[in-house]
Amino acid sequence: MSLTAEARHLPDRGSRRGARVLRSWELLLGVIAVLIFVANTQASPYFLDPWNLSDATFNITEKAMIAFAMALLIVAGEIDLSVAGIIALASTAMGWALQFDVGAVGLVAIGLGVGLVCGLFNGLLVTRLGLPSIVVTIGTMSLFRGISYIVLGDQAFNGYPSDFAWFGRGYVFWVISFELVLFAALAGIYAIVLHTTNFGRQIYAIGNNPTAATFSGIRVARVKMILFVLTGVMSGVAAICLTARLGSTRPSIAFAWELEVVTMVVLGGVSILGGAGSILGVVLAALIIGMATFGLGLLNVPGIVMSIFTGALLIAVIALPRLYRLIRTGRAA
Amino acid sequence: MSITRRIAIATGLVAGLWSTTALAQDNMRIALVAKSLGNGFFEAAARGAEEAAEELGGVEIIYTGPTSTTAEGQIEVINSLIAQRVDAIAISANDPDAVVPALERAMQRGITVISWDSGVAPEGREMHLAPSSDELIGQTIIKLAADQLPEGGKVAVLSATSTSTNQNVWIEEMKQVMGDYPDIEVVATVYGDDLADKSYRETQGLLQSYPDLDAIIAPTSVGIVAAAQAVQDAGKVGEVNVTGLGLPSEMAGAIESGASKSFAIWNPVDLGYATAMIAHALATDAATAEPGAEISMGRMGTATLDDDNQAAMSEPFTYDASNIDEFKSVF
Repeated sequence: MSLTAEARHLPDRGSRRGARVLRSWELLLGVIAVLIFVANTQASPYFLDPWNLSDATFNITEKAMIAFAMALLIVAGEIDLSVAGIIALASTAMGWALQFDVGAVGLVAIGLGVGLVCGLFNGLLVTRLGLPSIVVTIGTMSLFRGISYIVLGDQAFNGYPSDFAWFGRGYVFWVISFELVLFAALAGIYAIVLHTTNFGRQIYAIGNNPTAATFSGIRVARVKMILFVLTGVMSGVAAICLTARLGSTRPSIAFAWELEVVTMVVLGGVSILGGAGSILGVVLAALIIGMATFGLGLLNVPGIVMSIFTGALLIAVIALPRLYRLIRTGRAA
Repeated sequence: MSITRRIAIATGLVAGLWSTTALAQDNMRIALVAKSLGNGFFEAAARGAEEAAEELGGVEIIYTGPTSTTAEGQIEVINSLIAQRVDAIAISANDPDAVVPALERAMQRGITVISWDSGVAPEGREMHLAPSSDELIGQTIIKLAADQLPEGGKVAVLSATSTSTNQNVWIEEMKQVMGDYPDIEVVATVYGDDLADKSYRETQGLLQSYPDLDAIIAPTSVGIVAAAQAVQDAGKVGEVNVTGLGLPSEMAGAIESGASKSFAIWNPVDLGYATAMIAHALATDAATAEPGAEISMGRMGTATLDDDNQAAMSEPFTYDASNIDEFKSVF
């Protein structure tokens, strides 16, 4: 292939070659997941216990729910760093509403509602004012959590009704928790939306080339708006599950989760530049992170080491394709 | 599946089972769960727990915690400790309620659970070891001032806000024992609202209103630093002694300048030591956590449980020129 042909290649990251790399990326993730699973069974005799594994799923289910919506947003070339702030605000709103005796259904509605409004706010700032989403959501990240701090200070809301607690602690069947079922169901729904619908194709098109997408009749702003609202609502869902699981709300709830969510998405092979990625990859990344965290926890490796591990993994994931391209271009020249 | 592979898997399973039993017979494992890792206070407590483990023998301390001070981080840690079937979990909780379900599960699976430093709601632990009690703190703060005033003298109190429950209780407890110090007179109580600048101004006011003041007692870590600074700036070092509750890292300068002769706060090394001792006693069934029970804490004496299964370790530990260098880098 000549260099000129390479240079003329339109920035369509969803090309056939891209799809091939993506497929092999998921295969690689699958292999890593199996390797970590096997390594864990060897490293600790406590790993292969249904209840232990069930407990461990709680480490990732809530974050993964947000990661699905975040994956769509990143494929479309945007990002939302305020998701953990939305959790804090939604949880605070639910705790505040406890005094009015709204019941479990009321609490769920409030959680979802706050998520929706926050997502709408982010979406409006990005699509109407044309501001970069990374800057907007760094701002709203502090804004949303800041409101929680003002409301709560060093206090906590607790006394959530026991039927509400089921969303975070309930089991549907044996060791299969409600959260795990929700995680699986959402994974299926998001995979269908992104990979089989018109809307999904539009998301890829926008991420690959927003200008071209606009000229081909896609209402770019509207799609982005929907994705921001969706991410907000998913943060609301995560807030419901997490609040129900903890049974209390403090303003530090879900602190720094936005980075873990983005890590899941990027590790799952979603291009941070937009235009490429799959839900299967995100699911596999969530499993890898969950199993690695739990496995290292069983060996009492401090969490800080885990952060270093995920950090290194993340850099490798972003750097490797770029390095590969550099080496290839170097060879071609 | 080939025969060799089947044999390999079977061997693996047997080895797995064998190692489980082997581990169960090994050391007693006590997990010390911190609010977050990388905090000098908890690192010091872990050193104290290691000291207890060495003294007891056959005890392994697992010092662990989340990377940030969140309840969900601690729950992840608790889950992995339950999975490993440790013998005891001793936790300083980030949220007294949120960790309860996870700890209840631990207790259901036969793990001894206690809280220390920062407590857990009663249903989530067998007992709580507080570093000190209101009574002991009240007695300590006046003793700190009185020890430097053998001839008696005038002292003033610089508190946090007038509505701070902790400070009010401590000052009340202090007044209960004033009968033991007949030559000491408490001339005023002022409030610095736990703000550095307001505490500083209130101290200046005290120094002007009472020129013959001998000591200022500040049972708040913000107030004590500001008061020491105000005394130093007014050139009254040596005349007015600032004491109370403070952190060694923040008070090192005041001790060095002489504005403060001594102050007190719990000693994290002792707290970690006492926690490990109690966890060991409960996990070996040498003691039972019930109201009125007396549980040995080794060199720290005996913990007596109250009606809520809470116990206080000791009076706060006194820091002065002789030990400040050792602790100022700790917390």
